[in-house]
Amino acid sequence: MLLIACPYCGNRPETEFRCGGQAHIARPADPTALDDDAWSAHLFVRANPRGIHAERWCHAHGCGRWFNALRDTVSDRFLETYPVGAQPSRSIETEARA
Amino acid sequence: MLEVRYRTARALPLGRPETTAPDRSGILIRPADAEARLTLRVRDPGRSAADLLLDRPINTVAGDEGRWIARLGPDEWLIGTAEYEADALAATIAADLAGKAHALVDISHRNVGIDLSGAHAAIALNAGCPLDLGEAGFPEGSATRTLLGKAEIVLIRRPGPSPRYRVECWRSFATYVHGFLQEAAFGVGHGE
Ligand SMILES: [Zn+2]
Repeated sequence: MLLIACPYCGNRPETEFRCGGQAHIARPADPTALDDDAWSAHLFVRANPRGIHAERWCHAHGCGRWFNALRDTVSDRFLETYPVGAQPSRSIETEARA
Repeated sequence: MLEVRYRTARALPLGRPETTAPDRSGILIRPADAEARLTLRVRDPGRSAADLLLDRPINTVAGDEGRWIARLGPDEWLIGTAEYEADALAATIAADLAGKAHALVDISHRNVGIDLSGAHAAIALNAGCPLDLGEAGFPEGSATRTLLGKAEIVLIRRPGPSPRYRVECWRSFATYVHGFLQEAAFGVGHGE
């Protein structure tokens, strides 16, 4: 069983969680200023890395809170979880050095 | 509000509670009697409301069988009390939280309680609940939303050394959850 560390509840089974896709996507401040290509890029175009990926997760069958996680898409290992609005302490660069 | 003020006897989906002798598993599964439940959402609650301690660790429960409060998340509490006390308690909580943006909703008709006890009760729960229910992982006084099989439940471990659990599920899941637990307990009793 894969355990995910909810920032509020601690380690909990994966089945209680929902993945919400890529994290840290800022909505354009003025959408009307964007052309169709830029708007569709914001809506639909996502990173699909082989390696470390920042994702939004929701502890749907637990505390119900959204949070962010760094996950390695190769090993499915969760490197870190952190609250919405925060930045992870690790990055692709720090993990490459480690 | 008529419905709230003049409560009539409710027909429970699992029938009236009756105590049956535990089977070979030693696990007693008993549908709880009708009870009032309130859900409270408030971001910055302060210490307490209506003598219920809000400022407590997430995923813990306080109180006794008559009145209990479980903190299910950073801003969410589930409160259980005797059915006739619901209106008075809701009014007191609302008065204590006056001035703070909060949502207090009576969900008595949505929730159904099932009480479980017996030394092997955790084994029956683990037939469908993926949590670690050992003494370290889920000690007395724990309470959390989780899953049992395909249904979402709130699992509460009552204070006290002997394992006593309350499973709270939604009304439409009640027959499924009850049947699931009974089958799991049967399996515990008839395992090698
Ligand atoms: Zn959580």
